[in-house]
Amino acid sequence: MEEGFFAAFLVVIAFACLIIAGKTYDQVMAFHTAIGSLAAAAGAFIIFRNYFEDRVPAPQEIGGKPNYNLGPIKFGAWAAVFWGVAGFTVGLIIALQLAYPALNFDLPWTNFGRLRPLHTSAVIFAFGGNVLIATSFYVVQRTSRARMPGTIAPWFVVLGYNLFIVIAGTGYLLGATQSKEYAEPEWYADLWLTIVWVAYLLVFLGTLWKRKEPHIYVANWFYLAFIITIAMLHIINNLTVPVSVFGTKSYIVWAGVQDAMVQWWYGHNAVGFFLTAGFLAIMYYFVPKRAERPVYSYRLSIVHFWALIFLYIWAGPHHLHYTALPQWASTLGATFSIILWMPSWGGMINGLMTLSGAWDKLRTDPVLRMMVVSIAFYGMSTFEGPLMSLRSVNSLSHYTDWTIGHVHSGALGWVGYISFGALYCLIPWLWNKKQVYSLKLVNWHFWISTIGIVLYICAMWVSGIMQGLMWRAYDAMGFLEYSFIETVDAMHPFYVIRALGGALFVAGSLIMAYNLWMTVRHGEAEEAEALPAGAMAPAE
Amino acid sequence: MSLWNKHEIFEKHSLILVIGILIVVSIGGLVEIAPLFYLKSTIEKVEGMRPYTPLELAGRNIYIREGCYLCHSQMVRPMRDELERYGHFSLAAESMYDHPFQWGSKRTGPDLARVGGKYSDEWHRDHLADPRSVVPESIMPGYPFLLEAKVETRGIGDHLKANRAVGVPYDDAQVSEAASDMIAQASPDSAAVDAFLERYPNAIVRDFDGDPSKVTEMDALVAYLQMLGTLVDFSIYDNKANLR
Repeated sequence: MEEGFFAAFLVVIAFACLIIAGKTYDQVMAFHTAIGSLAAAAGAFIIFRNYFEDRVPAPQEIGGKPNYNLGPIKFGAWAAVFWGVAGFTVGLIIALQLAYPALNFDLPWTNFGRLRPLHTSAVIFAFGGNVLIATSFYVVQRTSRARMPGTIAPWFVVLGYNLFIVIAGTGYLLGATQSKEYAEPEWYADLWLTIVWVAYLLVFLGTLWKRKEPHIYVANWFYLAFIITIAMLHIINNLTVPVSVFGTKSYIVWAGVQDAMVQWWYGHNAVGFFLTAGFLAIMYYFVPKRAERPVYSYRLSIVHFWALIFLYIWAGPHHLHYTALPQWASTLGATFSIILWMPSWGGMINGLMTLSGAWDKLRTDPVLRMMVVSIAFYGMSTFEGPLMSLRSVNSLSHYTDWTIGHVHSGALGWVGYISFGALYCLIPWLWNKKQVYSLKLVNWHFWISTIGIVLYICAMWVSGIMQGLMWRAYDAMGFLEYSFIETVDAMHPFYVIRALGGALFVAGSLIMAYNLWMTVRHGEAEEAEALPAGAMAPAE
Repeated sequence: MSLWNKHEIFEKHSLILVIGILIVVSIGGLVEIAPLFYLKSTIEKVEGMRPYTPLELAGRNIYIREGCYLCHSQMVRPMRDELERYGHFSLAAESMYDHPFQWGSKRTGPDLARVGGKYSDEWHRDHLADPRSVVPESIMPGYPFLLEAKVETRGIGDHLKANRAVGVPYDDAQVSEAASDMIAQASPDSAAVDAFLERYPNAIVRDFDGDPSKVTEMDALVAYLQMLGTLVDFSIYDNKANLR
């Protein structure tokens, strides 16, 4: 039944792509539909092959214990590692381009404007997205004590999502973009993602419906809010009219000020629900698990959850202070950003205090240290964010590198570190290893990338505030003191320092990739030793 | 105590949790977005605004394709230094035909909302092909390939039609003559110029890239840049009526 549905769907997609590829004169469309056609045909072929070979479906339980479906999670975890290293590297390249513009090579495919969306999408959606999908599939199965439903559907979600990443990324390089920040993929990629996302929601909910536990665990509330809200934001922000089904280009239905509001309602909640709610779910599962302590406060998690998701959605218009958006709207956004401080720090406290009684582990366990520092960075960026949303501060910080620094303290510190921590836990669990290959290398990763982050954000604070002040500086005669290009010139040393910080962060991620690879290849098997009571075992 | 126990309903019924989430995350967006479709300051019409010509629209699409918006804003804020540096603050009406908007979020380079007419076509051509030839400290990428690439006229009528579908008031003649209009705007000696100017009064007709042999992507991009922020005549605009 499930196989038949997916096979029919993929065959239809394969033919539709083939027809479009044959008729279009848009080369990007021809390339993308060729990829789509091949991928769909390959998927259909695998389904048919499994059907005719009479594969027996995996049992739901083995020996009374749930038989968790780990294959798609393993794929997602490694996809995250791969896209992470790739996305950080592209970030380093564009940082160097700003310091040394000759590195743009004056070619269409290598200029900053096309590589920058590649960087943001690779780190947010490819790295972050795969971390979220992999961990959510793991956490929802474990905390429900049930196997994910379906045999094809979970694979469809991870493979389909990564196909979306490939289409989106190659599209940017070839010039297919909607120009909506963090929502650049064109209409056909958006449609595909919508289908994949519905399948994701159904697999996730399906696992909850099969659960053996009476309660839905707190991490799953956050995952569910992330999946549902991202669906709502994605669909409304990407409502678009294609010029033709045979071309990549489309025109967004919203215009001007309404489009700006919809875009930043989307944009800020991509931060709020993709990069915050989803990763808070990771915090609520992996930190207690690693620290071997229960979540600090159950009541605080209830307040944290509802307050966070209610308040975040209002914060978008603080991106539009002093623009043609009416002032009441941007002020409302700033007001809610300030209120948002409370649930943000409530969540931080809930995460950090989970360690009470286990603080000594920070000394011995670099993985736990990484996650705790990530929560500290979360606290720092959610302090800085409301500050920057104030009209007076925003008038200085907006349009400058300060914003870039703020984003990266959240992205590198919070999202990056909680993801690395989760991967250092998850990969040994998935391959039945006692521990990562080398805790020493985790330590190296931690310190190298921490120095990298500090260099990055400090350089951006200085350059951002300096540029903002230079733009508004007047001389004694009452004339503007600096031409624009003088402010660009003054940025150079900070762009170099930022690139150095980025290089350290990339180096750290390469150490992680090596360490995780060695864990899978040469890590000590879990069975090798009897587990001490209460030790971190993958079974609940 | 009992209040906390009531939360069980969300923890034990996934669909109730889903509905709860949907309600809670919908409120903010509704309150902030819906009014923008009927408030005067966000939907008012201002004298001078017209839809983009086909060549300008093609130029705008090149601007989008190359990611110019990532380093250049198009939104002058009402602050003394910005008014002096860039000109009159941007009005909502000035981006009423922008699908999508190009306000941007970063000024690695200067704001471009009112760049039209500030530099010559030659300056733009040299600057886009090799920025450091005219501004030595510039960190902008070069786009010399725009000089070689012929502008795409196939399907430009469909682009106007798609714009019409989302609310831009192109008339039937503008749609059917789009390809001819596109070439005419960059070919001052062509016979089609008069008909073009009838459809788009006040549009600029020039050989923007200085190469009369072909109409290139450089023509389109410069045509777009040269009209940015020039449509509204601020000597007759009543700024008191639109203060924010």
